[in-house]
Amino acid sequence: MLVFVARRIVLAIGVVVGVIIVTFAVAHLVPGDPAATWAGPHASASQVAQARKFLGLDRPVAIQLVSYLGGIAAGNWGVSIHTHRHVLSDILTVAPASLELVITALLIAVAVGIPLGLTSARRPGRPADQFIRAGSILGVSMPIFWMALILQLIFSQRLRLLPAAGEYSPGLLFTHPLIRRTGFPIIDALVAGNWPMVGSTLSHLILPAIVVAAYPAGLIARMVRAQVLDTIGDTHILNARALGFGERQIFGRFAMKLAWNPVAAAVALVFGYSLVNTFLVESIFDWPGLGSYAAASIATLDTPAILGITLFVAVAYVVANLVVDIVQAVIDPRIRLR
Amino acid sequence: MIESPSITPPQAAVPRGATLRSGLQANPLLAVGGALVLLIVLVAIFAPLLAPWAGDAGTATHPFDVLHAPSASHLFGTDQVGRDILSRVLFGARVSPLIAAVVLVIACAVGVPLGVVAGFAGGWVDEAIMRVTDVFLAFPPLLLALALAAVLPASLTSVTIAIAATWWPWYTRLIRGQAASVAGRPYVEACRALGISRLRIIFRHILPNSVTPLLVQVSLDVGGVILTASALSFLGLGAQDPVPDWGLMIAEGQSYFTPDWWLVTFPGLAILLTAFAFNLLGDGLRDLLDPKRSFLR
Repeated sequence: MLVFVARRIVLAIGVVVGVIIVTFAVAHLVPGDPAATWAGPHASASQVAQARKFLGLDRPVAIQLVSYLGGIAAGNWGVSIHTHRHVLSDILTVAPASLELVITALLIAVAVGIPLGLTSARRPGRPADQFIRAGSILGVSMPIFWMALILQLIFSQRLRLLPAAGEYSPGLLFTHPLIRRTGFPIIDALVAGNWPMVGSTLSHLILPAIVVAAYPAGLIARMVRAQVLDTIGDTHILNARALGFGERQIFGRFAMKLAWNPVAAAVALVFGYSLVNTFLVESIFDWPGLGSYAAASIATLDTPAILGITLFVAVAYVVANLVVDIVQAVIDPRIRLR
Repeated sequence: MIESPSITPPQAAVPRGATLRSGLQANPLLAVGGALVLLIVLVAIFAPLLAPWAGDAGTATHPFDVLHAPSASHLFGTDQVGRDILSRVLFGARVSPLIAAVVLVIACAVGVPLGVVAGFAGGWVDEAIMRVTDVFLAFPPLLLALALAAVLPASLTSVTIAIAATWWPWYTRLIRGQAASVAGRPYVEACRALGISRLRIIFRHILPNSVTPLLVQVSLDVGGVILTASALSFLGLGAQDPVPDWGLMIAEGQSYFTPDWWLVTFPGLAILLTAFAFNLLGDGLRDLLDPKRSFLR
């Protein structure tokens, strides 16, 4: 097991280095001369040359790449053109809000997707199955920025059931101040026993979380259905039937057991997708996370910030896949032998 | 008491070499998807005939008709400069589906040869190509396309390049698997022993064996590319006014969204319907042609 974990970690590090190289290449694709941009529109030729030297752009590309790699490892991810702060510290400030959103969405997706997938697999080809399959395909076909706008229109503007934007009602800060400890408002409020704040954060979380959950829920439902149908004819299931277990047990316990592994893989996959999907959703709901930061960076053409977020999300995705690889090996010992 | 649920997946109901007709009966979703895709293609072709105000797909402005609610003369209402939204939505069938087609052609043109070379050559060539694809696949799909589109000038060409540049590794991986499995079979070894050229083996034996899974994957990917392209346009990285791109129409309509709901609603429905149609078709084709393959690539 240790050998397996060590090998996976080494592979993941290799992939992360590759990811940094690709990001570096994208940064060098920027049209125009970054030294000229940095020095400003009225800089003289010698000032631009000085800027080029100062930014290290006069060195060979290979040397620049090595120093870029070193900088990333040392936590120097560049300075945002827009906020004038270090990109990494900006990202770490906004990341908890996004993680809160994505994790809630994934919990919703698993809670909805697994029962739907099981129901669908119960009687394949019947109306319930066709309906759920069509629904799950609809989920993965959803332009989520549009879904966000539509839900906001219906539930906050028209029905006035849920708040339209923000992480909590700012007015509450006067009566029930939020003491920041973890950066996750909902956890901070729970720890402090600040119940009005808990209620406010939850009601603000519902709409964006449902929007982000649409794609993962569809994917997980399809996944569970396919896996369960794949195993339902196996001998161990026949055995369980022969022993007189009820259908609910057959599906929920025996067939689902083999589906957990692919579901775990799917969760890692949709974790990455969902982090990127927050780019499209957060700014609509004014959710102060990575997505709003990314959308603002894109709107201001803030290249260091865009590349920083790209790198951060890609690394988070690699780590999520690594964790799932290890979890899968724990669930299913056969994987360790591959 | 044990009920008797059908213990075989529905794919098994379609025997190998089944006719298209029995396939459609077993999978009504495929029929619905195919019909919708056909409808979208027809709309794209005949948009100038179908659109009530064909000029509104371009630079037309009607300052006295701005933000009209849906009515008999403008079924989907009018936008912030008075253009007929129905006409723009119909012409939009020519924008993102076309981008998807170009992206997938480029991605296949790059990804398939690399996959064939990797699977057929093996050894360090295989290793080198596959490690590069691993790195590209380590980015969540939309992310790298977004970063690329953000550093390139905002245009439909940039969006096409950005998505194609991040989509090819899927095909390399798919084709490599196919090529490697075929390359080891006795009849291919027999071809080698007979001194048949590598190119001939590739074109006569390896590629034909990969056509079906490739077709299935491409049809499954159309919806994804359309969603990605719309998302980039929504973020302002793609089409620019007055191109009738659905994602751009949503971005432009966002500021008028309350109370003028029609600006955003109809272009979004068009994206949803198009992605849904292609995903239904791809899903159905996979069940029909390639039941063994899992939908997770």
